[in-house]
Amino acid sequence: MEQIEFNYPAKRKVLERAHVGVVGSGDLEILLEPAEGEVAHVFIRTSVDGFRDTWKAVLDRFFTKYDGAVRIQINDAGATPGSVQLRLEQAVEVSER
Amino acid sequence: MSEYTGVRGTVWFRAFTGRASPMLGDPNSVLTADAPLGKDHARFLCVVPDPHARFPCARHGEVGLEEAFTLATRIREVIEQDKNTIKRPIVAIVDVKSQAYGRREETAAIFLAAAAAADAYGSARLAGHPIIALVVGHALSGAFLTHGYQANRILAFDDDGVMIHAMHKEAAARVTRRSVDELGKFAKEIAPMSYDIRDYAKLGLLYKLLHVENPEEPSQQEIRSVQAELVGAIADARTSPVDLRNRLESKEAREMRKASILVRTKLEAQWLEN
Amino acid sequence: MSNNGHGASFINRQSFIELDARERATALFDPGTSRELLGPFDRMESPWLPMQGITPQADDGCVVMKGKIAGQAAVVVALEGAFQGGSMGEVSGEKMTAALDLACADNEKGMPTSAVILLETGGVRLQEANLGLAAIAELMASILALRKHAPVICLMAGTVGCFGGMSLAAGLASYIVMTREARLGMNGPEVIEQENGVEEFDSSDRALIWAIHGGEQRYVTGLADELVDDDTPQIADAIRHFVSKGVPALHRSSRAALYRNRIEKLDTSGQWDPKEFRACWATNGSNEEKR
Repeated sequence: MEQIEFNYPAKRKVLERAHVGVVGSGDLEILLEPAEGEVAHVFIRTSVDGFRDTWKAVLDRFFTKYDGAVRIQINDAGATPGSVQLRLEQAVEVSER
Repeated sequence: MSEYTGVRGTVWFRAFTGRASPMLGDPNSVLTADAPLGKDHARFLCVVPDPHARFPCARHGEVGLEEAFTLATRIREVIEQDKNTIKRPIVAIVDVKSQAYGRREETAAIFLAAAAAADAYGSARLAGHPIIALVVGHALSGAFLTHGYQANRILAFDDDGVMIHAMHKEAAARVTRRSVDELGKFAKEIAPMSYDIRDYAKLGLLYKLLHVENPEEPSQQEIRSVQAELVGAIADARTSPVDLRNRLESKEAREMRKASILVRTKLEAQWLEN
Repeated sequence: MSNNGHGASFINRQSFIELDARERATALFDPGTSRELLGPFDRMESPWLPMQGITPQADDGCVVMKGKIAGQAAVVVALEGAFQGGSMGEVSGEKMTAALDLACADNEKGMPTSAVILLETGGVRLQEANLGLAAIAELMASILALRKHAPVICLMAGTVGCFGGMSLAAGLASYIVMTREARLGMNGPEVIEQENGVEEFDSSDRALIWAIHGGEQRYVTGLADELVDDDTPQIADAIRHFVSKGVPALHRSSRAALYRNRIEKLDTSGQWDPKEFRACWATNGSNEEKR
């Protein structure tokens, strides 16, 4: 199991936390919580090692459009970049309801 | 960890009761006898191999339909007989290969048969009967849930022929998609996965681990010594609540089941909120 | 329970099977009355899975919710079948058992509280082996204690089914509710084929699997109390019905004499046609109890 961390600049205060997904084969769960300061912290635990660059690419793209100050925990069991993108968008949608 | 031989149950049943036979009308795979134990008159129960069992998948020490319902019947008999009097101890002598794996068993709802035996053991315990399980050999999975795991107190021998587990190593490796070696490696570092009874003892579920030189041929002195331990377990059970909370309160549990204890504490706190 | 007007046409059905554990649990409560306990943000995870390179789930695959069903206090515990096959680990097992114990304590304080357990599970989580097995034993003890006061209802919807040690927990239930898609048995077809060969059970024979383990067979042979469509309102209604019904006079698992008698009458010389088997067991057995 690999643990990966990323940080991104954040501008906007976030009020609501969100949880989406399931750690099923080919899937992931995301816990999104408001954080202090102007940073978004991302912590990933994945059972598939060696894909740090792929994770970075997906998250770089996500954070070009998202500027919330959050702590995001991702528990992954081999999801595709497309699924990761989808779950991130779901988490944002839930937190902004 | 050595293979199941199927002889230990009969050896210890005979050691405590002087007999090794089923009750009238029962299948040969379930031994039942009432015998003195300390100041009590205890019912002893044991499941043993029966190569002529009616069900082909239950001939080598498996707990099948007949075994489970016979246990349930013989336990309920004790509950009924002792309704208005002193609750006799019930001692499960455990050396069982596994549950029975068969199409007939699944069709005729072996899950319910097993539940019926566990219901009987658990109901007897809740009614105040001290239930003691003595693991003299193997105690696997559904078989142990059926015969022994509802006990107030569990004792086992610290012997390579004693194994308590959820699944045999080869099958477990197949299901978890590991090699047997990988599984063995995890089992060494992760106590709940171990096949060694001494690691099982670290989980805090056992009342006592007993030493017997050769569990297949115990000396008279060893038999008396184990009997004394059973008497002690009965006394201990009688002065404790009838539920299974002692399993989480043991010294070992406080070390190895910290997550369980934390779950229980936090859940209670949140339950009472609002 | 007869069809109460909720029989939905196939197109109008709201699939319960497609919901995850959290959504299923929520759907069973009176609207707005439920809250989750020890949810994902409490991060009660398995201490054992990361040691084996397996990503844990923040709720360990077990959802506990408290609220009202049919106006009465109830706790719902739902296993997430998509996480590790819904298997019982140390934490998921303890969440379930402790929830039932708290319900039991409330009953003893004069607050009737039922339990509904949603079972999508293969049984013991082998990565936690003896703690999973012990958890099931402790759960069974807690079911026996609680069901004296209030009903313990087990619901199996599919697709994982209820197998292994958890089938014994289901066997102790006050009431069992199943969909046709669901299965209930101690040993799955693959395990039986492994242990005793393909003649004993051909695990590729899907028709045989459902003919033996499927919800309809279990219902018709008196081993499940209600057969429901994969329709959320219908399922919620069935659960409300059993919560309101209360504790049965006699639990199925306590009817040892009845079932022992039935087993004794079986001809074991060959395998049985599951459909013919229905004929033996399709009564409630009130005239069959033998002393």
